[in-house]
Amino acid sequence: MSARSETLLWLAQRASAAVLAFCVVVHLATIIVAVQGGLSAAEILARTRGSVLGLVFYTTFVLAAAVHAPIGLRATLGEWLGWRGAARDAVLLLFALALAVLGLRAVAGVFGGAA
Amino acid sequence: MALLRVKVWRGAEQGAFQSFEVPRQASQTVLDVITHIQRHLDGSLAYRFACRVGMCGSCAMTVNGRPRWTCRTHVDTVAEDDTLEVAPLGHLPVIRDLVTDMTPFFDKWARARGQFSGARSRHDDFARIAPDDADRRQVDAGIECIGCGVCYAACDLVSWSADYLGPAALNRAWTLVCDARDAANPARLRAVGGDAGCHACHTQMGCSERCPKKISPTAGIAGLKRALARALLKGEL
Repeated sequence: MSARSETLLWLAQRASAAVLAFCVVVHLATIIVAVQGGLSAAEILARTRGSVLGLVFYTTFVLAAAVHAPIGLRATLGEWLGWRGAARDAVLLLFALALAVLGLRAVAGVFGGAA
Repeated sequence: MALLRVKVWRGAEQGAFQSFEVPRQASQTVLDVITHIQRHLDGSLAYRFACRVGMCGSCAMTVNGRPRWTCRTHVDTVAEDDTLEVAPLGHLPVIRDLVTDMTPFFDKWARARGQFSGARSRHDDFARIAPDDADRRQVDAGIECIGCGVCYAACDLVSWSADYLGPAALNRAWTLVCDARDAANPARLRAVGGDAGCHACHTQMGCSERCPKKISPTAGIAGLKRALARALLKGEL
């Protein structure tokens, strides 16, 4: 892959890592605070449905993960399995899309709809 | 007289360790030990050295599992229970015994455009670069590389990706990227930014840990990543 593409991927991974660092901390803190005393699925959904803030936050989280994970996996596949080239990159593009679609579907399920 | 038990690699890619006993001396280096074996115990032992004072980069070998320059490595600092195991430098083809073929190592310097490429002729005035210039300081930090290959042998990435340019070639490229007199950029940046270039580095710092000249190729590689990002954003790549 060209220096230009490789640099773009590097920038994308650094930027998505910065977003993930923030999102993971907020996500974990929210879980730990929210489940004090126990929470049922129905109680969670009652709080999350219709939350615009939650929708925006977790959409960002999912998209950052969908960018970050395949780029890291790309290096791992190349170094550990010796799998490089266009076929690997095409499979990883599909993986990125799958992460984004499944993640956004989950976000829509938890945060979409009326409160 | 105290004796040192030394196991030395014999053969090429296929081979075995051969054991020798060498008299201990004060301030003895690993290169002294190998030289004693070749001159007094087995004249057929092949190894490479030249300056004996840490300038030429010829004598690097794997000593007790770690790449080192043998002429400046005292036996006292590396021998474990009066034993040494000396093998050829890793990640390079073995020609015979302790001699490796450095061709792939230096070919990568060429691929990384490690040649200075000036734009001035003998008719031009000298380039005037202040000693405290920021780029000049970056060059100073990396320029003392002696090309010994220790960093290359210490880098896991080289074993995982045979095409990876390696710490020494990238460090050399970084000193030229920072050289105000050099005119080969951004072509050099394109040469070090591909699949096998600086972006492959995981910043494990094996090269910086082992470099006998205390250079940090890792810092240079990080600099190349930043330079590439700037060039990309300026539309120069």
